[in-house]
Amino acid sequence: MKTITSSWGPIRTIIKRELAGYFASPVAYVFIVIFLLLVGFFTFMVGGFFERGEASLTSFFIWHPWLYLFFLPALGMRLWAEEKRMGTIELLLTMPVTAWQAIVAKFLAAWLFLALTLILTFPLILTVNYLGRPDNGVILSGYVGSLLLGGSYLGVSSMTSAITRNQVISFILSVVICLFLILAGWPPVTDFLTRLLSGSTWLVDTVAACSVMTHFEGFQRGVLDTRDILFFLSIASFGLFTTGVIIRSRRAG
Amino acid sequence: MIKVQNLCKSFGPIAAVNGLSFSVERGEILGFLGPNGAGKSTTMRMITGFIPPSSGSVTIGGEDMAEKPIICKRMIGYLPENAPAYTDMTVSEFLQFAAELRGMRGNRTQQAVDRVVEMCSLKTVLHQSIETLSKGFRHRTCFAQAIIHDPDILIMDEPTDGLDPNQKHEIRALIRRMGEEKAIIFSTHILEEVEAVCSRAIIIDRGRIVANGTPQELKNRSETAGAITVRLTGVSTAVANTKLTQLPLVAKTTILEAPAPVASVRVFPKPNGKEGELGLGIYELATREQWKIEELRCEEGRLDDVFRSITLSETATEKSS
Ligand SMILES: Nc1ncnc2c1ncn2[C@@H]1O[C@H](COP(=O)(O)OP(=O)(O)O)[C@@H](O)[C@H]1O
Ligand SMILES: [Mg+2]
Repeated sequence: MKTITSSWGPIRTIIKRELAGYFASPVAYVFIVIFLLLVGFFTFMVGGFFERGEASLTSFFIWHPWLYLFFLPALGMRLWAEEKRMGTIELLLTMPVTAWQAIVAKFLAAWLFLALTLILTFPLILTVNYLGRPDNGVILSGYVGSLLLGGSYLGVSSMTSAITRNQVISFILSVVICLFLILAGWPPVTDFLTRLLSGSTWLVDTVAACSVMTHFEGFQRGVLDTRDILFFLSIASFGLFTTGVIIRSRRAG
Repeated sequence: MIKVQNLCKSFGPIAAVNGLSFSVERGEILGFLGPNGAGKSTTMRMITGFIPPSSGSVTIGGEDMAEKPIICKRMIGYLPENAPAYTDMTVSEFLQFAAELRGMRGNRTQQAVDRVVEMCSLKTVLHQSIETLSKGFRHRTCFAQAIIHDPDILIMDEPTDGLDPNQKHEIRALIRRMGEEKAIIFSTHILEEVEAVCSRAIIIDRGRIVANGTPQELKNRSETAGAITVRLTGVSTAVANTKLTQLPLVAKTTILEAPAPVASVRVFPKPNGKEGELGLGIYELATREQWKIEELRCEEGRLDDVFRSITLSETATEKSS
């Protein structure tokens, strides 16, 4: 217990610094505003929020995997690339802090920032509750799923950010990886694969099981499945673990 | 306090550090000298636990860096090369962050920040963003971060690089003052700095120690150490040089440049001569010949020369072999 509390100290300090860093520049505000505008646009204009004639946020959550595809690599690209570029990684890792504390703290800060952005979409909840009688349990489950989905993307971004000091490269790599995670289970792709591999549905299922789409789907219907939760948490953990391996190997030369 | 044994680091085929061993005790200030690319920064990064050695060990205050990194890192304050700092923070936020990472809380944080702000004269820029600081202030901010927990061990990579002469002077005074009760290592390629600050100096070249001693001992290795420089009037340079060469104690002479009526010659003693003998010989010669002595000076030797002769001759032998 003592080790947990004593390792939490530096983590909290780093989270605080990271969050202060986000809000010290206008980038954070720009990020939040653009995200909210796009969410609104897709939910109402493209998703047909009103035309659906149902009190739910389906037309909201359905866009999250795609919106996150660009927003979260942009949020995560600076995690380690920036430390390397400025040389502050040398300060950070010669403090009495373990590498994993720093990795987890920086990840959590980005994740908290995402959570904050999601909280700012609360007018949508008010709107559907004003217009009808939605199942607020389903809405909550959608938010949980969305947060977990975002966590997995941020884990990937943390990893690509550790590879390079160039944020653009980090961004592109992480978009590509996240895109793969989406496409593996996107209906048009699975349909195509089914036709291509006519018969061996287990193969298609295996590929689809790696996709965030397959696992995000349940949350949107209000089903909190442990396997889905574990799936997103494993991707995030894998990303963070790999971040650690990369940082260590870079220093080992 | 700091003990380095057989430290090696290779980056692919490059051996950046190749078998360094030395130790530094409390009260010592060790100057780390060497040309660019000699492996100074790499060594310091291993001592501070930023990169692991390929082989060899670093012991900090009796603890092994590889086994107990956190305990070791607590004892160390580190100023990396180019004084990195989070540019989006203000000086005061940055120092508080450092203090908290060092495990301080509440009142102690503020006291520690106040102390280093005072020591490093940062009062005027306390609430300024680090991005907008001049190089001197930025350096001092990073320096302040290194001493915020009053560490027993201080490692500084080129702490005076890029500062103006006044700032250099201040930092040196600070280092000297702290050196009384800490173990300090700092790297530099400014040789006068070593004489001004260090109790001991190590010269490294291509990852190896090529000289180790007090600044005075190193200077004695200089070719000019023990030579005598005379400035004479009432005689031509050529004549003075010839007569001086003929003195029995003289090994050789070199003519130095001097403005018109003055003849300036550096006289090197034979290796077995007694101290003071040569000076007396020159004085007697001058009196006999009725030359007027403007100046007669015994050379201490110059660190520059030692540094150059050691690091260059090594390169030369490498090339010829
Ligand atoms: N991360 C690295 N990867 C590859 N080579 C490196 C790395 N860091 C240092 N080197 C090489 O190691 C040698 C020593 O560098 P360094 O320790 O920075 O020297 P100094 O600080 O004395 O100028 C140089 O040849 C440098 O190119
Ligand atoms: Mg260097």
